Amino acid sequence: MSADTTSSTIGPVEGGAVYDVDNPAPYIEAPRKRTGKTPKATRGNFEMAAWLFMRLSGIVLVVLVLGHLLIQLFLDGGVSKIGFAFVAGRWASPFWQVWDLLMLWLAMLHGANGLRTVINDYAERANTRLWLKGLLYTATVFTILLGTLVIFTFDPNIR
Amino acid sequence: MATPVLDKVEKDSAASPYITVTMRIRRFNPEVSDASVWEDFQIEIDPKERVLDALHKIKWDVDGTLTFRRSCAHGICGSDAMRINGKNRLACKTLIKDINPEKPITVEAIKGLTVLKDLVVDMEPFFQAYRDVMPFLVTKGNEPTRERLQSAEDRERFDDTTKCILCAACTSSCPVFWNDGQYFGPAAIVNAHRFIFDSRDEAGEQRLEILNDKDGVWRCRTTFNCTDACPRGIEVTKAIQEVKRALITRRF
Repeated sequence: MSADTTSSTIGPVEGGAVYDVDNPAPYIEAPRKRTGKTPKATRGNFEMAAWLFMRLSGIVLVVLVLGHLLIQLFLDGGVSKIGFAFVAGRWASPFWQVWDLLMLWLAMLHGANGLRTVINDYAERANTRLWLKGLLYTATVFTILLGTLVIFTFDPNIR
Repeated sequence: MATPVLDKVEKDSAASPYITVTMRIRRFNPEVSDASVWEDFQIEIDPKERVLDALHKIKWDVDGTLTFRRSCAHGICGSDAMRINGKNRLACKTLIKDINPEKPITVEAIKGLTVLKDLVVDMEPFFQAYRDVMPFLVTKGNEPTRERLQSAEDRERFDDTTKCILCAACTSSCPVFWNDGQYFGPAAIVNAHRFIFDSRDEAGEQRLEILNDKDGVWRCRTTFNCTDACPRGIEVTKAIQEVKRALITRRF
């Protein structure tokens, strides 16, 4: 069987061969290797609760968000009807207050948890992870608190 | 009637079954460079042979420095999992004719584990995760004098996950494992599943607690890469989902 190769050894990369038998390229430490800095295994059911919450809130949000979009954008004149008076009229009813409050909390927590897993999966350095999560939690808490405050203290006679 | 058939066989075998195949192999040698390079090898091979045979031809006849793992060469030992044409497979179970030999066949080490040389990776993190789930029978009480009996239905419950050969094709195809290597990985969960659902075992609760960890089953994103990669046809994602279900149903 005749065979030939394009090159029989690995050619030196740019900058020339700096590594040899006595001085091999540095070994990349395995991330799962147990060291003194390895965090202890976590106990508790937070991850399970988060996983379940994503599924359950997702089901509820399908109804809430699609209903919301239908009412706001399609029924009774469409998007052009939305104004201060329309919102004031809706929030006069406790039903819509509860609907909007539930939608706010579920959507914000659902989205925040989704982003948390995205950050966990994609951020490579521990510091990046910390800052991104800090930013995420701050924005989430701020939006939820502000939205809740508005729904509870809404005054249709505001000047 | 037998004679013409015999003639035909002889005529066929006279024609050469060999074709020329380009093997494009990702090579890495820490004693030469810290970067890996693709290298092409042209070899003559019968397309009904396997990728492992092609690697053997290169190692034995062309370039002895080519490094890869293989042991039984028959799909049982799980040593030669590699990334062939971008998919994790066993080199000893992949026929050349099945992966389009007209184009160069790319062969590289499995991803997510440190490459030591050419196609050899450091499997230690993989086995660390495997050891963490306690892959052995745990029982209480006195040892029986006979074997521990089990009904056929009880055996059937975890039959699928007994097939694992620890080749790491699933774990190294998992994008969550690629990220930071902290995730237990499909293979460890499959082997935990094998004991969690074994009626003879008594440490299922302990193993579930281990997999309830923040890097346990809840990091699974059900991308099904593991099920696609498994050379044994284990429904890996299904096994992971069954562990999740067991975790939820034991709480509520």
